[in-house]
Amino acid sequence: MKINSSRAILFLSFVFISNHLLAQDLLSLLGEEKPQKELVTNAFKSTRVINAHSMEFLSPGTMDFRILHRFGQMNQGYSNFFGLDQASMRMGFDFGIAKSIMFGFGRSTYKKELDAYLKFAPIRQATGYHSFPFTVATVAGVTMNTSPWADPTIKNYTSSRMAYYFQAIIGRKFSEAVTLQLSPTMIHTNLVPIHTQPNDVYAVGFGGRIKFTKRMAFTWDYSYLVNGRYDSLNYNPLSIGIDIETGGHVFQLHFSNSTGMNERAFVTETTNNWGKAEIRFGFNLSRVFQIKKNKML
Amino acid sequence: MKKIIFLFSTVLLVANTNAQDKYFTKTGKISFDATVPKSPENIVAVNKATTMVLDTKTGEMQFVVQMKGFEFERALMQEHFNENYVETTKFPKAEFKGGIQNNEKIVYTKDGSYATHVKGKLTMHGVTNDVETDGKITVSGGKISTSASFSALFADYNIIIPSVVGDKVAKSVKINVECALEALKKN
Repeated sequence: MKINSSRAILFLSFVFISNHLLAQDLLSLLGEEKPQKELVTNAFKSTRVINAHSMEFLSPGTMDFRILHRFGQMNQGYSNFFGLDQASMRMGFDFGIAKSIMFGFGRSTYKKELDAYLKFAPIRQATGYHSFPFTVATVAGVTMNTSPWADPTIKNYTSSRMAYYFQAIIGRKFSEAVTLQLSPTMIHTNLVPIHTQPNDVYAVGFGGRIKFTKRMAFTWDYSYLVNGRYDSLNYNPLSIGIDIETGGHVFQLHFSNSTGMNERAFVTETTNNWGKAEIRFGFNLSRVFQIKKNKML
Repeated sequence: MKKIIFLFSTVLLVANTNAQDKYFTKTGKISFDATVPKSPENIVAVNKATTMVLDTKTGEMQFVVQMKGFEFERALMQEHFNENYVETTKFPKAEFKGGIQNNEKIVYTKDGSYATHVKGKLTMHGVTNDVETDGKITVSGGKISTSASFSALFADYNIIIPSVVGDKVAKSVKINVECALEALKKN
């Protein structure tokens, strides 16, 4: 009987303990949470890698006001203050319409060119239920040269001012730090300056970033021209830079051999050569405004 | 011996009835406010998918919230919250485990409003701290509602506010938890 009762006490304490342990994790009573589909975002700090469109989208209801500057060639030395005496700029407005749809327009001083585009991602990189390893986005854009006609004495057509571009962006955020993307591009220019130049130029863009602090990242973008590249006339554009996020603004400081700030200009009309140190300093300044507030409160 | 068997059976019975003492929700609301007079815009966010379980027998209470589920008025603020401040990819959940200290004073079977004193541990951004606060439990027609608010210092959870915005974001965040619970049926 003595043994029995001590056993019973032991057993009882077991029951109490296990009871207590069970109570320790009340949340587990509800069972495992079903994994939910979650879009992978912030693959880049901005919707452009540097020049090229990135796989990133603006949030719906926001507007991104972008001011881009490209200075002169740094190898011009002190007389031109390493290129800073000359500046070319583009002012642009981008709008987030839905999670994977955005559009934007802008105007560049170079060729007084207007540009507009629509960007849509049929597939977004996601985790959880219905996960997908990469984003596929598409961009369709148009540019219009509004500088005075070279020869006003002849009959000129508005269509001669226009160019179009189509792009697919396949990108993946590999980790918090590393994002890479590939972007096959086609640019159609209605009127080319020299008859030997093709109207349709095909290029493959490569872009990426390595984020090294929470607010800073190393970025690059490069386009390889499949056709339409002529030695000593034009070159493949390469830009290397640093993204700095300050809270309200994103600064993209970079060095590049291109001056153009729309797809037509920087892919088909990059006339400088990294090999000859014809490098320019430039920056993109992006400020995102909320134009439609999220009404959740 | 008979006594022991009797004791056994009561313990077992108690253990079995435990399930009916538990209440839960998956749509609890947690909101927070880190606005200071100098903030250019309101720093408020809400999450409406908080999971909470309350054991009315013991007063034990736990809740968990997916940090990515916090919605802000401004998308950029939400992005910064996820990316820079709370690092929600690295620390996806915040969790509270604790209990109602004055549980014996709450009559869960009788309609009414009861003041509670809650104590426990809050884990957020990978850091666990003790929290203690007063709250309220309202019982109405078999339904239990809990509400409590408390403050947490960002610094206690290793959440760093950069000096540039140091005077525009509160040092301490006011957190408000509101959950309408229903009986948890064990099957």
